[in-house]
Amino acid sequence: MTKNILEVKNLKMYYFASRGVVKAVDDLTFNIKKGEVLGLAGESGCGKSSLGFTLMGMPTPPGKIVGGSIKMEGRELVGLPEDVLRKEIRWQKIAMIFQGAMNALNPVYTVGYQMIEPLLYHMGMEREEALDKAQKYLELVGLAPDIVYRYPHELSGGMKQRVIIAMALLLEPELVIADEPTTALDVVVQAQIINLMKKLKKELGLSMIFITHDLSILAEISDRIAIMYAGKIVELGDSKKVYYEPAHPYTQKLLAAIPRLHEDVERLEFIPGQPPNLITPPTGCRFHPRCPYAMEVCREQIPELKEVDKDHYAACWLL
Amino acid sequence: MSEPVLKVEKLKKYFPIKRGLFEALTGHPERVVRAVDGINFEIRKQEVFALVGESGCGKSTTGKLIMKLLEPTDGSIYLEGQDVTELKTQEEIRDYRRKVQMIFQDPFSSMNPRFRIYDVLEEPLLIHGIGETRAEREEIIHKALEMVRITPPEDYVGRFPHQLSGGQRQRVAIARSLILNPTFIVADEPVSMLDVSIRAEILELMKELKEKMSVTYLYITHDMSTARYFADYMAIMYLGRIVEMGPAKVVIDNPIHPYTRALLAAVPEPIPERREIIKELPIKGEVPNAANIPPGCRFHPRCIYMEKGLCDVKHPQLIEYEHGHWVECHLAGKI
Repeated sequence: MTKNILEVKNLKMYYFASRGVVKAVDDLTFNIKKGEVLGLAGESGCGKSSLGFTLMGMPTPPGKIVGGSIKMEGRELVGLPEDVLRKEIRWQKIAMIFQGAMNALNPVYTVGYQMIEPLLYHMGMEREEALDKAQKYLELVGLAPDIVYRYPHELSGGMKQRVIIAMALLLEPELVIADEPTTALDVVVQAQIINLMKKLKKELGLSMIFITHDLSILAEISDRIAIMYAGKIVELGDSKKVYYEPAHPYTQKLLAAIPRLHEDVERLEFIPGQPPNLITPPTGCRFHPRCPYAMEVCREQIPELKEVDKDHYAACWLL
Repeated sequence: MSEPVLKVEKLKKYFPIKRGLFEALTGHPERVVRAVDGINFEIRKQEVFALVGESGCGKSTTGKLIMKLLEPTDGSIYLEGQDVTELKTQEEIRDYRRKVQMIFQDPFSSMNPRFRIYDVLEEPLLIHGIGETRAEREEIIHKALEMVRITPPEDYVGRFPHQLSGGQRQRVAIARSLILNPTFIVADEPVSMLDVSIRAEILELMKELKEKMSVTYLYITHDMSTARYFADYMAIMYLGRIVEMGPAKVVIDNPIHPYTRALLAAVPEPIPERREIIKELPIKGEVPNAANIPPGCRFHPRCIYMEKGLCDVKHPQLIEYEHGHWVECHLAGKI
């Protein structure tokens, strides 16, 4: 039995906006084992990116962690002072590949200059040594080491994304959170980046949380899948089980909405309506207004995650 | 066989690159980006024709040429037998625009944020002088909204675009494109910015309206899976050329061109077993700059089957590999 590297329990992160309290991450519990990739899927606004930022200990203001616990290798992160988080946790234990980060590279500095910054400040390395290390990591992600002397505008989108991945790995984190790392890339480049991440997982034994709205991409990399809806995890389990025997109606509908490349689909399913407003989420099960099987109990009581099979959980009153 | 609704012949669009002062003074020849470089295709009534390719392959430029938002460098576009490139006067162009409409990728920026939904839909009616009175126009607008299932229309006509969700906005955009009863619609990545669940809804709606309104679509996309689902025919574009063309299912199930094969291998599929394997893509390098198109077959620097002395020298011709399935490759059938 491999150890849990990350244990999240009853985590709540709310945004205290002027319009009201947005319950973006509402009572989430899950674990990640060493070397495992957890795929996190859901529609826009379901709280999946908010969760990523929360795990990094930096919920976007006006967001605040209001309850629960995040344990990284047994150490509680909720409540740690900011300077401890910055010096000991962020990038060294948990790193994040931000959505659209490749467009946030500074155009006036060379790639190398931007890459070695954390090595100089976090590790107190000398310039030469840091550049050496940056080059080693560029090679690891399939780039030529002399990229360190280039400027971002000289690189293609795929190359920039590889630089971002190398930067996330530089301080040898235990866990990498990748937030939509392939959106805005062309299909061919996207497939190459997915291949790279598979390779890193295999060679470095990296644990990852892979966030995307695209269930096809998620299947290519995830060992386990968590499906989020309106701030809650509605289904969680081994990826084969979630894809082949989805238990929650939302997961079933999402999977039926994907057009397949080699199959004839007469009609695509879709989910009528739209995700709810998280200031006043629906009572009971948050999916009930869009669920074809909604019953009385769904409107009144919140379903808990139940074990439907070994390592397969879903939160639904039908089960 | 019925006559094609739209026919594109030897269509070309070159964009000049501005020379710097130094280049102009030293007599540097003017350079061009060959965005669309001699393409031919036909679309028959009520068919969906997909143009598939990566960014920069010229698929959107082709759409804009058909919309007459750009003038072609060379070649012709025929809509119901009439040469579109010959249309010159304002009235002729206005008549044409009534028959050909467009759906854009981004429903967030394709509508004037200061227009209410009513105004968004009334504008084309006013421009084309449809509906004598406001009451008449209002009826047309309500009907159009009902058709795209924005119901009840009374609740929505007074809203601003930002008060709608992405899916609703795209449905209003579809209503706007259909309100003039067009014969032909150019849909440029209409679902690529939408969530999966909403994507399916919009595709279903466009399919349904194809039958109801008997429209013909040009569907521009980078997504092979939605193209297979929605389109009857598809053409794969690479650097301004169509490299493979045929019935969508035939192209996907029996791809001949090495580029099509690489694109298909890159499509992610919701099959969890695929996480165990790392499959190298059958393609090398990256898309070259369209200002600097390689000689011979323009795909040869990236092709894993490239034959020296043939592919890097001679330009291949688009040949009919099997009935209705066209391929532009020297090695078609041999690889």
